[in-house]
Amino acid sequence: MGILTLEGVSQEFGGLLALDDVSLDVENEKIFGIIGPNGAGKTTLFNIITGIYTPTSGKVKYQGHQINGVPPYDVARMGIGRTFQNIRLFNKLSVLDNVKVGCHGVTKAGILSALFGLPGERLEEKEITLRSCKLLEMVDLYEKRMEYADNLSYGEQRKLEIARALALKPALLLLDEPAAGMNASEKVSLMTFIKEIRNNENLTILLVEHDMNVVMNICEQIAVLDYGRKIADGPPEQVKNDEKVIQSYLGVEA
Amino acid sequence: MNIMDALLSQYIDAYYLHIMVLIGINIILALGLNITTGVTGQLSMGHAGFMSIGAYTAAILSIHMGLPFWGSLLGGATAAAGFGFLLGLPTLRLEGDYLAMITIGFAEIIRVFFLNFEPGGKALGLSGIPEHTTFSVVWMIAIVVIVLNVKLLHSRIGRSFYAIRENEIAAEAAGINTTRLKVLSFMVGAFLAGLGGGLYAHYMTYIAPQDFGFMKSIEFLNMVVLGGMGSIPGTILGTVVLTLAPEMLRIVAEYRLLFYGAMLVILMIFRPNGLLGDVRWYDIKKRWFSKEVKTWES
Repeated sequence: MGILTLEGVSQEFGGLLALDDVSLDVENEKIFGIIGPNGAGKTTLFNIITGIYTPTSGKVKYQGHQINGVPPYDVARMGIGRTFQNIRLFNKLSVLDNVKVGCHGVTKAGILSALFGLPGERLEEKEITLRSCKLLEMVDLYEKRMEYADNLSYGEQRKLEIARALALKPALLLLDEPAAGMNASEKVSLMTFIKEIRNNENLTILLVEHDMNVVMNICEQIAVLDYGRKIADGPPEQVKNDEKVIQSYLGVEA
Repeated sequence: MNIMDALLSQYIDAYYLHIMVLIGINIILALGLNITTGVTGQLSMGHAGFMSIGAYTAAILSIHMGLPFWGSLLGGATAAAGFGFLLGLPTLRLEGDYLAMITIGFAEIIRVFFLNFEPGGKALGLSGIPEHTTFSVVWMIAIVVIVLNVKLLHSRIGRSFYAIRENEIAAEAAGINTTRLKVLSFMVGAFLAGLGGGLYAHYMTYIAPQDFGFMKSIEFLNMVVLGGMGSIPGTILGTVVLTLAPEMLRIVAEYRLLFYGAMLVILMIFRPNGLLGDVRWYDIKKRWFSKEVKTWES
Protein backbone atom coordinates (compact mmCIF):
# COMPACT_ATOMS: atom_id res chain seq x y z
CA MET A 1 0.00 0.00 0.00
CA GLY A 2 1.27 3.42 -0.92
CA ILE A 3 1.64 6.64 1.00
CA LEU A 4 -1.79 7.89 -0.08
CA THR A 5 -4.82 5.78 -0.90
CA LEU A 6 -8.32 6.81 -1.85
CA GLU A 7 -11.06 4.24 -1.50
CA GLY A 8 -14.30 4.87 -3.36
CA VAL A 9 -14.27 8.63 -2.84
CA SER A 10 -17.37 10.51 -4.02
CA GLN A 11 -18.13 14.19 -3.72
CA GLU A 12 -21.51 15.72 -4.35
CA PHE A 13 -22.20 19.44 -4.64
CA GLY A 14 -25.97 19.74 -4.25
CA GLY A 15 -26.89 17.05 -6.72
CA LEU A 16 -23.87 17.49 -8.95
CA LEU A 17 -21.58 14.52 -8.68
CA ALA A 18 -18.10 16.02 -8.95
CA LEU A 19 -16.30 12.80 -8.08
CA ASP A 20 -17.80 9.38 -8.49
CA ASP A 21 -16.29 6.44 -6.66
CA VAL A 22 -12.65 7.29 -7.32
CA SER A 23 -9.97 4.98 -5.96
CA LEU A 24 -6.28 5.73 -6.18
CA ASP A 25 -3.13 4.24 -4.78
CA VAL A 26 -0.14 6.59 -4.81
CA GLU A 27 3.13 4.80 -4.15
CA ASN A 28 5.87 6.25 -2.05
CA GLU A 29 8.40 8.51 -3.79
CA LYS A 30 6.65 8.36 -7.12
CA ILE A 31 5.61 11.23 -9.34
CA PHE A 32 1.93 10.62 -9.91
CA GLY A 33 -0.02 12.59 -12.49
CA ILE A 34 -3.74 13.25 -12.65
CA ILE A 35 -5.08 14.38 -16.00
CA GLY A 36 -8.49 14.92 -17.49
CA PRO A 37 -10.61 17.51 -19.27
CA ASN A 38 -11.75 20.69 -17.56
CA GLY A 39 -14.34 20.03 -14.89
CA ALA A 40 -13.30 16.42 -14.50
CA GLY A 41 -12.82 16.85 -10.76
CA LYS A 42 -9.05 17.09 -10.52
CA THR A 43 -8.93 20.13 -8.27
CA THR A 44 -11.85 18.75 -6.23
CA LEU A 45 -9.74 15.69 -5.62
CA PHE A 46 -6.89 17.89 -4.34
CA ASN A 47 -9.27 19.78 -2.09
CA ILE A 48 -10.50 16.51 -0.63
CA ILE A 49 -7.00 15.25 0.04
CA THR A 50 -6.00 18.50 1.75
CA GLY A 51 -9.13 18.58 3.88
CA ILE A 52 -10.84 21.61 2.37
CA TYR A 53 -13.80 19.37 1.44
CA THR A 54 -14.98 16.34 3.34
CA PRO A 55 -15.99 13.71 0.79
CA THR A 56 -19.63 12.64 0.70
CA SER A 57 -18.52 9.03 0.89
CA GLY A 58 -15.31 7.04 0.74
CA LYS A 59 -12.04 7.05 2.60
CA VAL A 60 -8.79 8.95 2.20
CA LYS A 61 -5.82 7.36 3.90
CA TYR A 62 -2.42 8.95 4.31
CA GLN A 63 0.40 6.87 5.75
CA GLY A 64 -2.23 4.52 7.13
CA HIS A 65 -4.27 7.22 8.90
CA GLN A 66 -7.71 8.14 7.71
CA ILE A 67 -7.63 11.87 6.90
CA ASN A 68 -11.07 12.69 5.54
CA GLY A 69 -12.70 15.03 8.02
CA VAL A 70 -9.36 16.26 9.38
CA PRO A 71 -9.15 20.09 9.12
CA PRO A 72 -6.78 21.48 6.46
CA TYR A 73 -4.17 22.80 8.90
CA ASP A 74 -3.83 19.39 10.54
CA VAL A 75 -3.53 17.71 7.15
CA ALA A 76 -0.75 20.17 6.36
CA ARG A 77 0.99 19.42 9.65
CA MET A 78 0.85 15.71 8.88
CA GLY A 79 3.11 16.44 5.92
CA ILE A 80 0.94 17.20 2.91
CA GLY A 81 2.02 20.40 1.17
CA ARG A 82 0.22 21.90 -1.79
CA THR A 83 0.22 24.64 -4.38
CA PHE A 84 -2.85 26.19 -5.95
CA GLN A 85 -4.09 26.40 -9.50
CA ASN A 86 -4.86 30.08 -9.13
CA ILE A 87 -1.78 31.25 -7.27
CA ARG A 88 -2.45 32.02 -3.63
CA LEU A 89 0.52 33.85 -2.21
CA PHE A 90 0.61 36.29 0.68
CA ASN A 91 0.93 39.24 -1.68
CA LYS A 92 1.80 41.98 0.76
CA LEU A 93 4.41 39.93 2.55
CA SER A 94 8.00 39.67 1.43
CA VAL A 95 9.11 36.60 -0.51
CA LEU A 96 11.12 35.46 2.50
CA ASP A 97 8.16 35.89 4.85
CA ASN A 98 5.98 33.84 2.51
CA VAL A 99 8.31 30.90 2.95
CA LYS A 100 8.65 31.55 6.68
CA VAL A 101 4.87 31.39 7.06
CA GLY A 102 5.12 28.04 5.30
CA CYS A 103 7.22 26.82 8.23
CA HIS A 104 4.32 27.51 10.60
CA GLY A 105 3.07 23.95 10.72
CA VAL A 106 6.42 22.52 11.78
CA THR A 107 7.33 25.15 14.38
CA LYS A 108 5.74 25.82 17.72
CA ALA A 109 6.74 29.12 19.33
CA GLY A 110 3.69 30.63 21.03
CA ILE A 111 2.69 34.21 21.68
CA LEU A 112 4.32 34.53 25.10
CA SER A 113 7.71 33.20 24.05
CA ALA A 114 7.60 35.69 21.16
CA LEU A 115 6.70 38.63 23.38
CA PHE A 116 9.46 37.92 25.86
CA GLY A 117 11.98 36.72 23.29
CA LEU A 118 12.69 33.42 25.02
CA PRO A 119 15.82 31.59 23.82
CA GLY A 120 13.79 28.74 22.30
CA GLU A 121 11.87 31.15 20.13
CA ARG A 122 14.99 32.97 18.97
CA LEU A 123 16.68 29.72 18.03
CA GLU A 124 13.61 28.55 16.13
CA GLU A 125 13.41 31.88 14.33
CA LYS A 126 17.04 31.59 13.26
CA GLU A 127 16.50 28.07 12.03
CA ILE A 128 13.48 28.88 9.92
CA THR A 129 15.15 31.96 8.45
CA LEU A 130 18.10 29.82 7.43
CA ARG A 131 15.93 27.07 6.04
CA SER A 132 13.72 29.52 4.16
CA CYS A 133 16.79 31.13 2.60
CA LYS A 134 18.03 27.72 1.49
CA LEU A 135 14.66 26.92 -0.07
CA LEU A 136 14.68 30.27 -1.85
CA GLU A 137 18.16 29.57 -3.17
CA MET A 138 16.86 26.28 -4.50
CA VAL A 139 14.17 28.04 -6.55
CA ASP A 140 16.50 30.93 -7.53
CA LEU A 141 14.56 33.54 -5.61
CA TYR A 142 17.13 34.30 -2.89
CA GLU A 143 18.11 37.60 -4.52
CA LYS A 144 14.48 38.71 -4.48
CA ARG A 145 13.76 37.68 -0.91
CA MET A 146 12.82 41.17 0.23
CA GLU A 147 10.48 41.94 -2.67
CA TYR A 148 6.74 41.81 -2.14
CA ALA A 149 5.40 38.51 -3.43
CA ASP A 150 3.05 40.22 -5.89
CA ASN A 151 5.98 41.98 -7.54
CA LEU A 152 7.32 38.66 -8.81
CA SER A 153 6.70 37.41 -12.32
CA TYR A 154 4.17 34.66 -12.89
CA GLY A 155 6.73 31.89 -13.19
CA GLU A 156 8.53 33.12 -10.08
CA GLN A 157 5.28 33.16 -8.16
CA ARG A 158 4.69 29.53 -9.07
CA LYS A 159 8.17 28.66 -7.84
CA LEU A 160 7.61 30.59 -4.64
CA GLU A 161 4.45 28.60 -4.00
CA ILE A 162 6.45 25.39 -4.33
CA ALA A 163 9.11 26.74 -1.96
CA ARG A 164 6.43 27.66 0.55
CA ALA A 165 4.90 24.19 0.33
CA LEU A 166 8.35 22.62 0.80
CA ALA A 167 8.87 24.66 3.96
CA LEU A 168 6.37 22.36 5.66
CA LYS A 169 8.84 19.48 5.21
CA PRO A 170 6.13 17.51 3.45
CA ALA A 171 6.26 13.83 2.58
CA LEU A 172 3.60 14.35 -0.07
CA LEU A 173 3.53 17.38 -2.33
CA LEU A 174 0.44 18.25 -4.37
CA LEU A 175 1.04 20.49 -7.37
CA ASP A 176 -2.02 21.95 -9.06
CA GLU A 177 -1.07 22.82 -12.65
CA PRO A 178 2.50 23.85 -11.92
CA ALA A 179 3.29 24.54 -15.59
CA ALA A 180 0.26 26.72 -16.31
CA GLY A 181 1.26 29.93 -18.03
CA MET A 182 4.89 28.99 -18.42
CA ASN A 183 6.80 29.15 -21.70
CA ALA A 184 8.60 26.15 -23.20
CA SER A 185 11.98 26.73 -21.58
CA GLU A 186 10.41 27.46 -18.20
CA LYS A 187 8.55 24.17 -18.50
CA VAL A 188 11.75 22.26 -19.15
CA SER A 189 13.44 23.76 -16.11
CA LEU A 190 10.31 23.08 -14.06
CA MET A 191 10.43 19.40 -15.03
CA THR A 192 14.05 19.00 -13.97
CA PHE A 193 13.25 20.92 -10.80
CA ILE A 194 10.36 18.63 -9.89
CA LYS A 195 12.49 15.55 -10.47
CA GLU A 196 15.30 17.08 -8.45
CA ILE A 197 13.20 17.85 -5.39
CA ARG A 198 11.67 14.39 -5.52
CA ASN A 199 15.12 12.82 -5.47
CA ASN A 200 16.68 15.17 -2.91
CA GLU A 201 13.84 15.34 -0.42
CA ASN A 202 12.41 11.83 -0.83
CA LEU A 203 9.07 13.29 -1.75
CA THR A 204 6.02 11.78 -3.26
CA ILE A 205 4.55 14.17 -5.80
CA LEU A 206 0.99 14.24 -6.99
CA LEU A 207 0.36 16.65 -9.81
CA VAL A 208 -2.51 17.88 -11.92
CA GLU A 209 -1.43 19.15 -15.29
CA HIS A 210 -2.84 19.87 -18.73
CA ASP A 211 0.46 19.94 -20.57
CA MET A 212 0.81 16.39 -21.92
CA ASN A 213 4.47 16.93 -22.68
CA VAL A 214 5.20 17.65 -19.01
CA VAL A 215 2.96 14.89 -17.72
CA MET A 216 4.29 12.15 -20.02
CA ASN A 217 7.87 13.19 -19.34
CA ILE A 218 7.97 13.23 -15.57
CA CYS A 219 5.10 11.12 -14.28
CA GLU A 220 5.73 7.53 -13.41
CA GLN A 221 2.07 6.78 -13.03
CA ILE A 222 -0.98 8.57 -14.36
CA ALA A 223 -4.65 8.48 -13.50
CA VAL A 224 -7.20 9.89 -15.92
CA LEU A 225 -10.46 11.46 -14.70
CA ASP A 226 -13.47 12.19 -16.83
CA TYR A 227 -16.74 13.56 -15.46
CA GLY A 228 -15.65 12.62 -11.96
CA ARG A 229 -14.90 9.01 -12.85
CA LYS A 230 -11.52 7.40 -13.10
CA ILE A 231 -11.27 5.94 -16.58
CA ALA A 232 -7.66 4.79 -16.62
CA ASP A 233 -4.72 4.31 -14.31
CA GLY A 234 -1.21 3.15 -15.09
CA PRO A 235 2.23 4.07 -16.45
CA PRO A 236 2.35 6.78 -19.15
CA GLU A 237 2.82 4.39 -22.07
CA GLN A 238 -0.26 2.42 -21.15
CA VAL A 239 -2.41 5.49 -20.53
CA LYS A 240 -1.30 7.12 -23.77
CA ASN A 241 -2.63 4.17 -25.76
CA ASP A 242 -5.80 3.62 -23.80
CA GLU A 243 -8.91 3.74 -26.02
CA LYS A 244 -11.09 5.60 -23.53
CA VAL A 245 -8.44 8.17 -22.72
CA ILE A 246 -7.83 8.94 -26.35
CA GLN A 247 -11.53 9.36 -26.94
CA SER A 248 -12.31 11.56 -23.99
CA TYR A 249 -9.18 13.60 -23.54
CA LEU A 250 -6.19 13.13 -25.78
CA GLY A 251 -8.25 13.20 -28.96
CA VAL A 252 -8.07 11.12 -32.11
CA GLU A 253 -5.56 12.10 -34.75
CA ALA A 254 -7.26 13.21 -37.90
CA MET B 1 7.76 58.79 38.20
CA ASN B 2 6.03 61.33 40.41
CA ILE B 3 9.12 63.48 40.25
CA MET B 4 9.14 63.33 36.50
CA ASP B 5 5.49 64.32 36.29
CA ALA B 6 6.07 67.16 38.71
CA LEU B 7 8.95 68.42 36.61
CA LEU B 8 6.98 68.13 33.40
CA SER B 9 4.02 70.02 34.76
CA GLN B 10 6.44 72.79 35.78
CA TYR B 11 7.77 73.31 32.30
CA ILE B 12 4.99 72.18 29.97
CA ASP B 13 1.60 73.77 29.65
CA ALA B 14 -1.18 71.62 31.16
CA TYR B 15 -3.12 71.73 27.90
CA TYR B 16 -0.21 70.21 25.94
CA LEU B 17 0.35 67.60 28.62
CA HIS B 18 -3.33 66.71 28.41
CA ILE B 19 -3.11 66.17 24.67
CA MET B 20 0.09 64.15 25.00
CA VAL B 21 -1.61 61.87 27.53
CA LEU B 22 -4.57 61.41 25.20
CA ILE B 23 -2.21 60.57 22.34
CA GLY B 24 -0.51 57.95 24.49
CA ILE B 25 -3.81 56.33 25.48
CA ASN B 26 -5.05 56.39 21.89
CA ILE B 27 -1.84 54.80 20.64
CA ILE B 28 -2.37 51.86 22.97
CA LEU B 29 -5.98 51.48 21.81
CA ALA B 30 -5.22 51.95 18.11
CA LEU B 31 -2.37 49.44 18.21
CA GLY B 32 -4.85 46.94 19.62
CA LEU B 33 -7.25 47.52 16.75
CA ASN B 34 -4.32 47.42 14.34
CA ILE B 35 -3.61 43.84 15.36
CA THR B 36 -7.21 42.71 14.87
CA THR B 37 -8.15 44.72 11.81
CA GLY B 38 -4.93 45.98 10.27
CA VAL B 39 -2.80 42.88 10.61
CA THR B 40 -5.24 39.97 10.78
CA GLY B 41 -7.81 41.66 8.56
CA GLN B 42 -10.83 41.01 10.77
CA LEU B 43 -12.93 44.15 10.52
CA SER B 44 -13.86 45.04 14.10
CA MET B 45 -16.07 48.07 14.54
CA GLY B 46 -16.71 47.64 18.24
CA HIS B 47 -13.37 48.62 19.69
CA ALA B 48 -14.98 51.17 22.01
CA GLY B 49 -17.04 48.33 23.48
CA PHE B 50 -13.90 46.58 24.65
CA MET B 51 -12.52 49.89 25.82
CA SER B 52 -15.59 50.49 28.00
CA ILE B 53 -15.35 47.00 29.50
CA GLY B 54 -11.76 47.76 30.47
CA ALA B 55 -12.62 51.23 31.75
CA TYR B 56 -15.59 50.17 33.89
CA THR B 57 -13.88 47.04 35.23
CA ALA B 58 -10.74 48.94 36.19
CA ALA B 59 -12.74 51.79 37.71
CA ILE B 60 -14.94 49.49 39.78
CA LEU B 61 -11.94 47.46 40.91
CA SER B 62 -10.26 50.69 42.06
CA ILE B 63 -13.27 52.23 43.76
CA HIS B 64 -15.07 49.28 45.31
CA MET B 65 -12.36 46.67 45.72
CA GLY B 66 -9.60 49.09 46.58
CA LEU B 67 -7.19 47.35 44.27
CA PRO B 68 -3.92 49.15 43.50
CA PHE B 69 -3.75 50.96 40.16
CA TRP B 70 -1.71 48.31 38.37
CA GLY B 71 -4.01 45.56 39.60
CA SER B 72 -7.16 47.24 38.35
CA LEU B 73 -5.54 48.11 35.01
CA LEU B 74 -4.60 44.48 34.52
CA GLY B 75 -8.04 43.36 35.68
CA GLY B 76 -9.75 45.64 33.17
CA ALA B 77 -7.56 44.50 30.31
CA THR B 78 -8.06 40.84 31.19
CA ALA B 79 -11.83 41.28 31.39
CA ALA B 80 -11.83 42.88 27.94
CA ALA B 81 -9.68 40.06 26.56
CA GLY B 82 -12.10 37.55 28.07
CA PHE B 83 -15.00 39.21 26.26
CA GLY B 84 -12.88 39.24 23.12
CA PHE B 85 -12.55 35.49 23.47
CA LEU B 86 -16.26 34.98 24.10
CA LEU B 87 -17.23 37.16 21.15
CA GLY B 88 -14.52 35.86 18.85
CA LEU B 89 -15.12 32.17 19.27
CA PRO B 90 -18.56 32.00 17.66
CA THR B 91 -18.22 34.94 15.26
CA LEU B 92 -14.81 34.68 13.66
CA ARG B 93 -16.05 32.08 11.22
CA LEU B 94 -17.84 35.02 9.64
CA GLU B 95 -16.01 37.43 7.44
CA GLY B 96 -15.84 41.08 6.50
CA ASP B 97 -19.21 42.80 6.57
CA TYR B 98 -20.86 40.21 8.77
CA LEU B 99 -18.17 40.45 11.40
CA ALA B 100 -18.39 44.26 11.25
CA MET B 101 -22.16 44.09 11.92
CA ILE B 102 -21.71 41.75 14.85
CA THR B 103 -18.98 43.84 16.45
CA ILE B 104 -21.14 46.98 16.08
CA GLY B 105 -23.99 45.11 17.73
CA PHE B 106 -21.73 43.90 20.50
CA ALA B 107 -20.45 47.39 21.29
CA GLU B 108 -24.03 48.70 21.40
CA ILE B 109 -25.09 45.91 23.76
CA ILE B 110 -22.19 46.78 26.05
CA ARG B 111 -23.10 50.46 25.95
CA VAL B 112 -26.75 49.77 26.78
CA PHE B 113 -25.68 47.38 29.49
CA PHE B 114 -23.64 50.08 31.20
CA LEU B 115 -26.56 52.51 30.79
CA ASN B 116 -28.51 50.21 33.11
CA PHE B 117 -25.66 48.98 35.28
CA GLU B 118 -26.23 49.99 38.91
CA PRO B 119 -22.62 49.82 40.21
CA GLY B 120 -21.56 51.80 37.12
CA GLY B 121 -23.85 54.70 37.97
CA LYS B 122 -26.21 54.03 35.04
CA ALA B 123 -26.55 56.95 32.62
CA LEU B 124 -24.98 59.34 35.13
CA GLY B 125 -21.70 57.54 34.76
CA LEU B 126 -19.09 56.63 37.28
CA SER B 127 -17.28 59.43 39.04
CA GLY B 128 -14.69 59.63 41.77
CA ILE B 129 -12.24 57.28 40.11
CA PRO B 130 -8.82 57.88 41.68
CA GLU B 131 -6.54 59.83 39.37
CA HIS B 132 -3.51 57.63 38.77
CA THR B 133 -2.85 58.01 35.07
CA THR B 134 -0.15 60.57 34.42
CA PHE B 135 2.01 61.47 31.49
CA SER B 136 4.87 59.23 32.50
CA VAL B 137 2.65 56.25 33.35
CA VAL B 138 0.86 56.45 30.00
CA TRP B 139 4.01 56.81 27.95
CA MET B 140 5.86 54.11 29.83
CA ILE B 141 3.02 51.69 29.11
CA ALA B 142 2.71 52.94 25.53
CA ILE B 143 6.41 52.31 24.89
CA VAL B 144 6.19 48.82 26.35
CA VAL B 145 3.12 48.15 24.19
CA ILE B 146 4.90 49.41 21.07
CA VAL B 147 7.96 47.25 21.73
CA LEU B 148 5.85 44.15 22.39
CA ASN B 149 3.82 44.89 19.26
CA VAL B 150 6.96 44.99 17.15
CA LYS B 151 8.13 41.73 18.69
CA LEU B 152 4.78 40.06 18.17
CA LEU B 153 4.44 41.07 14.54
CA HIS B 154 7.93 39.81 13.72
CA SER B 155 7.30 36.44 15.33
CA ARG B 156 5.79 33.24 14.05
CA ILE B 157 2.38 34.25 15.40
CA GLY B 158 2.52 37.74 13.89
CA ARG B 159 3.50 36.38 10.49
CA SER B 160 0.53 34.03 10.55
CA PHE B 161 -1.75 36.98 11.42
CA TYR B 162 -0.58 38.70 8.22
CA ALA B 163 -0.95 35.43 6.31
CA ILE B 164 -4.59 35.12 7.41
CA ARG B 165 -5.26 38.64 6.13
CA GLU B 166 -3.57 37.95 2.82
CA ASN B 167 -5.04 34.55 2.01
CA GLU B 168 -6.90 32.38 4.45
CA ILE B 169 -6.95 29.21 2.36
CA ALA B 170 -3.23 29.36 1.69
CA ALA B 171 -2.66 30.03 5.39
CA GLU B 172 -4.52 26.85 6.31
CA ALA B 173 -2.52 24.92 3.74
CA ALA B 174 0.61 26.11 5.53
CA GLY B 175 -0.61 24.51 8.76
CA ILE B 176 -2.11 27.59 10.39
CA ASN B 177 -5.16 26.99 12.56
CA THR B 178 -6.88 30.13 11.31
CA THR B 179 -9.87 30.08 13.68
CA ARG B 180 -7.63 29.82 16.72
CA LEU B 181 -5.30 32.57 15.57
CA LYS B 182 -8.16 34.87 14.64
CA VAL B 183 -9.58 34.46 18.14
CA LEU B 184 -6.11 35.13 19.54
CA SER B 185 -5.74 38.33 17.52
CA PHE B 186 -9.19 39.40 18.68
CA MET B 187 -8.16 38.79 22.28
CA VAL B 188 -4.90 40.71 21.94
CA GLY B 189 -6.81 43.61 20.37
CA ALA B 190 -9.41 43.54 23.14
CA PHE B 191 -6.71 43.32 25.82
CA LEU B 192 -5.06 46.50 24.57
CA ALA B 193 -8.47 48.18 24.28
CA GLY B 194 -9.19 47.24 27.91
CA LEU B 195 -5.78 48.51 28.98
CA GLY B 196 -6.38 51.82 27.22
CA GLY B 197 -9.85 51.99 28.74
CA GLY B 198 -8.46 51.51 32.24
CA LEU B 199 -5.90 54.25 31.70
CA TYR B 200 -8.59 56.53 30.31
CA ALA B 201 -10.86 55.96 33.33
CA HIS B 202 -8.04 56.71 35.77
CA TYR B 203 -7.12 59.82 33.82
CA MET B 204 -10.57 61.37 33.36
CA THR B 205 -11.71 60.20 36.83
CA TYR B 206 -15.20 60.14 35.33
CA ILE B 207 -16.63 57.79 32.72
CA ALA B 208 -20.11 57.47 31.25
CA PRO B 209 -21.59 55.12 28.66
CA GLN B 210 -21.79 57.84 26.02
CA ASP B 211 -17.98 58.16 26.05
CA PHE B 212 -17.80 54.77 24.33
CA GLY B 213 -20.32 55.10 21.52
CA PHE B 214 -20.12 53.97 17.93
CA MET B 215 -18.26 57.10 16.82
CA LYS B 216 -15.48 56.27 19.25
CA SER B 217 -15.01 52.90 17.55
CA ILE B 218 -14.95 54.60 14.17
CA GLU B 219 -12.35 57.05 15.44
CA PHE B 220 -9.96 54.18 16.23
CA LEU B 221 -10.69 52.53 12.90
CA ASN B 222 -9.84 55.85 11.22
CA MET B 223 -6.51 55.97 13.00
CA VAL B 224 -5.56 52.50 11.78
CA VAL B 225 -6.79 52.98 8.22
CA LEU B 226 -5.34 56.48 7.88
CA GLY B 227 -1.98 55.41 9.26
CA GLY B 228 -1.78 52.26 7.19
CA MET B 229 -3.34 48.89 7.94
CA GLY B 230 -0.93 46.58 9.70
CA SER B 231 1.87 49.11 10.04
CA ILE B 232 2.94 49.99 13.58
CA PRO B 233 4.63 53.33 12.72
CA GLY B 234 1.66 54.08 10.49
CA THR B 235 -0.85 53.46 13.25
CA ILE B 236 1.14 55.64 15.64
CA LEU B 237 1.33 58.45 13.09
CA GLY B 238 -2.37 58.08 12.30
CA THR B 239 -3.19 58.31 15.99
CA VAL B 240 -1.06 61.40 16.49
CA VAL B 241 -2.58 63.14 13.45
CA LEU B 242 -6.16 62.30 14.33
CA THR B 243 -5.78 63.18 18.00
CA LEU B 244 -4.14 66.48 17.19
CA ALA B 245 -6.41 67.40 14.29
CA PRO B 246 -9.52 68.34 16.31
CA GLU B 247 -7.32 70.46 18.59
CA MET B 248 -5.51 72.19 15.74
CA LEU B 249 -8.80 72.80 13.99
CA ARG B 250 -10.11 74.81 16.92
CA ILE B 251 -9.15 77.93 14.93
CA VAL B 252 -11.97 77.30 12.48
CA ALA B 253 -14.40 76.99 15.39
CA GLU B 254 -17.78 75.61 14.34
CA TYR B 255 -16.43 74.36 10.99
CA ARG B 256 -14.12 72.02 12.85
CA LEU B 257 -15.85 68.76 11.97
CA LEU B 258 -16.23 69.84 8.37
CA PHE B 259 -12.49 70.34 8.04
CA TYR B 260 -11.83 67.12 9.90
CA GLY B 261 -13.97 65.17 7.44
CA ALA B 262 -12.46 66.91 4.44
CA MET B 263 -8.97 66.11 5.74
CA LEU B 264 -9.85 62.42 5.95
CA VAL B 265 -11.21 62.39 2.41
CA ILE B 266 -8.19 64.18 0.97
CA LEU B 267 -5.72 61.94 2.80
CA MET B 268 -7.48 58.83 1.56
CA ILE B 269 -7.41 60.09 -2.02
CA PHE B 270 -3.69 60.79 -1.98
CA ARG B 271 -2.59 57.92 0.26
CA PRO B 272 -5.13 55.13 -0.32
CA ASN B 273 -2.99 52.62 1.55
CA GLY B 274 -2.69 54.92 4.53
CA LEU B 275 0.11 57.32 5.41
CA LEU B 276 2.73 54.62 5.98
CA GLY B 277 0.81 51.56 4.81
CA ASP B 278 3.16 50.66 1.98
CA VAL B 279 6.38 52.03 3.39
CA ARG B 280 8.94 49.54 4.62
CA TRP B 281 12.25 50.20 6.36
CA TYR B 282 13.85 47.91 3.83
CA ASP B 283 12.77 50.05 0.87
CA ILE B 284 13.91 53.24 2.56
CA LYS B 285 17.30 51.76 3.26
CA LYS B 286 17.55 50.44 -0.28
CA ARG B 287 16.75 53.84 -1.74
CA TRP B 288 19.40 55.57 0.36
CA PHE B 289 21.88 52.89 -0.49
CA SER B 290 21.28 53.09 -4.24
CA LYS B 291 21.66 56.87 -4.13
CA GLU B 292 25.05 56.45 -2.52
CA VAL B 293 26.04 54.06 -5.30
CA LYS B 294 25.02 56.57 -7.95
CA THR B 295 27.07 59.40 -6.46
CA TRP B 296 30.01 57.03 -6.26
CA GLU B 297 29.77 56.27 -9.97
CA SER B 298 29.48 59.89 -11.06
